[in-house]
Amino acid sequence: MKGHLLSTEDLSREDALLVLDTAERMARVAEASVRKLPTLRGRTVVNLFFEDSTRTRTSFEVAAKRLSADVINFSARGSSVSKGESLKDTAQTLEAMGADAVVCRHGASGASHRLATWVRGSVVNAGDGTHEHPTQALLDAFTMRRRLGRVDGLSVTIVGDVLHSRVARSNVWLLTTLGASVTVVAPPTLLPLGVSSWPVQVSYDLDAVLPKSDVVMMLRVQRERMSAAFFPTEREYSRRYGLDVDRAATLPEHALVMHPGPMVRGMEIASQVADSARSTIVEQVANGVSVRMAVLYLLLGGGSGEVA
Amino acid sequence: MAGDAGTAWVLRRVRPLGGEPVDVLLADGVVAAWRPAGSTGPDSDGLPPGTAFLDADGLILLPGLVDLHTHLREPGREDAETVESGTRAAALGGYTTVFAMANTNPVADTAGVVEQVWRLGLDAGHCDVRPVGAVTVGLAGQRLAELGAMATSAAGVRVFSDDGHCVSDALLMRRALEYVKAFDGVVAQHAEEPRLTVGAQMNEGVVAARLGLPGWPAVAEEAIIARDALLAGHVGSRLHVCHVSTAGSVEIIRWAKAKGWQVTAEVTPHHLLLTDDLVESYDPVFKVNPPLRTAEDVAALRAGLADGTIDCVATDHAPHALEDKETEWAAARPGMLGLQTALSVVMETMVIAGRLDWAGVAERMALAPARIGGLPSPAADAGSSIAVGAPATVTLLDPSPWRVVEADALASRSRNTPYAGRSLPGTIRATFLRGRPTVLDGKIV
Repeated sequence: MKGHLLSTEDLSREDALLVLDTAERMARVAEASVRKLPTLRGRTVVNLFFEDSTRTRTSFEVAAKRLSADVINFSARGSSVSKGESLKDTAQTLEAMGADAVVCRHGASGASHRLATWVRGSVVNAGDGTHEHPTQALLDAFTMRRRLGRVDGLSVTIVGDVLHSRVARSNVWLLTTLGASVTVVAPPTLLPLGVSSWPVQVSYDLDAVLPKSDVVMMLRVQRERMSAAFFPTEREYSRRYGLDVDRAATLPEHALVMHPGPMVRGMEIASQVADSARSTIVEQVANGVSVRMAVLYLLLGGGSGEVA
Repeated sequence: MAGDAGTAWVLRRVRPLGGEPVDVLLADGVVAAWRPAGSTGPDSDGLPPGTAFLDADGLILLPGLVDLHTHLREPGREDAETVESGTRAAALGGYTTVFAMANTNPVADTAGVVEQVWRLGLDAGHCDVRPVGAVTVGLAGQRLAELGAMATSAAGVRVFSDDGHCVSDALLMRRALEYVKAFDGVVAQHAEEPRLTVGAQMNEGVVAARLGLPGWPAVAEEAIIARDALLAGHVGSRLHVCHVSTAGSVEIIRWAKAKGWQVTAEVTPHHLLLTDDLVESYDPVFKVNPPLRTAEDVAALRAGLADGTIDCVATDHAPHALEDKETEWAAARPGMLGLQTALSVVMETMVIAGRLDWAGVAERMALAPARIGGLPSPAADAGSSIAVGAPATVTLLDPSPWRVVEADALASRSRNTPYAGRSLPGTIRATFLRGRPTVLDGKIV
């Protein structure tokens, strides 16, 4: 694996498995007494966050530091006047500082793709608008594999605001590449019109899908979507598409409940469900560090997947 | 001297509308004679003194092209384009008239601004500039601009458009359509229902679903075209539809024409050639409004242009400064250069593909836009546009070479051509405006 990690859509099965296998070794580092590897000593990783995301930024920061990289947090919230200029200007600044990797979070779809044309270092997309969030999907797949032993052949149901979700897009491509069967469930207003071309099944009926799901992944639904007439009220959304206690009880015994966070408890997911034994939500956060270590290691360190 | 207005020219062995070669004499601002191919030399009878000769062997003679839809950016964004640089690009692309859109700063919504643009065109001299007047004050869609004052100004405005914005208020649109009848004006509508395109970034469809970019649905264009066609039919006015981009729009316009209503339409070269999968690069050079559509739409637009449902090709030449394009997709301005590549794109998509002959190209790129835009004494047909007695306002195309488009080689002040690196057929060798060469040997005179 080399170059950039911009999306999971163009990630091969081979590379995806390489990341997951490497993450497994990285996870062992986290469990060791000295939780640090010298692999990226002298390399510089820049966290370039145009959107606030303490969780994702911290996860990348911990990952880079465990690999002994120097980490610079560049909180470059674009000016409202000319966000575009600041993206290119920032890229040139990072270039001048000799960044080996740039981890980019930006509100515009494709921002990481643009950045990759302006810098020599590796670009890791940490979420671009409503496009993709590849490390989130990788950590989700990693979590499934750790809990259920495989991704291949799993039935995964993704529920919620698929239209605006970069997590949904990245998971659809990655999980299908890894052999899972994916169903997206949402009110029709929150599905993209072109969803028919995706390698997924589409359902508007959560109750029908849950008993057949090995994994159900709940997406955050932003309250402001109501004002744009995507759904009538919070209560109606929650009733039709929320994972409450009764619904969760219809899941198979082994099924997992996942959420990329941040959650809106009581809206898309009930508190009891989020905190239940089948929930992986806290685990996902820990796994995020391992997966991001693997990604940085593979992009900057070696390509062989060998970890000391 | 070559270039003097008074110089007569013999275009030796030129092929009028791609037909058999002849020698064509341009003198006193008109097509003065057609003579047998190769028969005219410096010693021939009946030539004015100082007649110049142009070896046009293999070149195709077309009437000077007319662009109903050009953004010249002056006044206001002279860093992106000026009337001078834009009309230079126009002449090099074979154009002899361009209609300059009103979305300048200040907006061309008064007699003063349209006269300024018109005079800048006269001063530059590369081609005729016909300013388009705004329909509403400041393009704000609230109240009518002084359409009559612009019509009776020195600029003689006949085309009114809020292009870039849709006149979405149905009552205001009805009034505008009615009002301009008094001076045989036409409203050119940018058909985009604004409520359906809030935040829209590209064609709504399978590519947008993957790229996570908010969709610009075809229905937002088609709904306005249908409404406006009904309004135009109701009040008996002329409606022109700008940059038609969807298969559904072609169907609606075909229906409106079948009703006998006075509805005309244009298509841009980029909508005839490019599709929305180009957006996968996230390179905003492919960002345009209306957006690039699907291959099915492209096929319908080509068919519509071939059968006359779409009356003409218009470039929507839209220069943008580098900093307005070297950004993330959502922050970039929409628009593409078009004047110097339009004829080549039409040649590739329509002529080489067998959908139009050269007379058809003359109709779609010169005659029809001249009629729609209300230019004086339009030619009755392609043949008479270059016949003896017609104005010597012509362009000469060398159809044989394919060239790789280089953004830096274009005359525009901006570089936002979507064709950079792409090979296109044909190149303009010369352009004449009322007998005076504006382009010779592929270069501005």
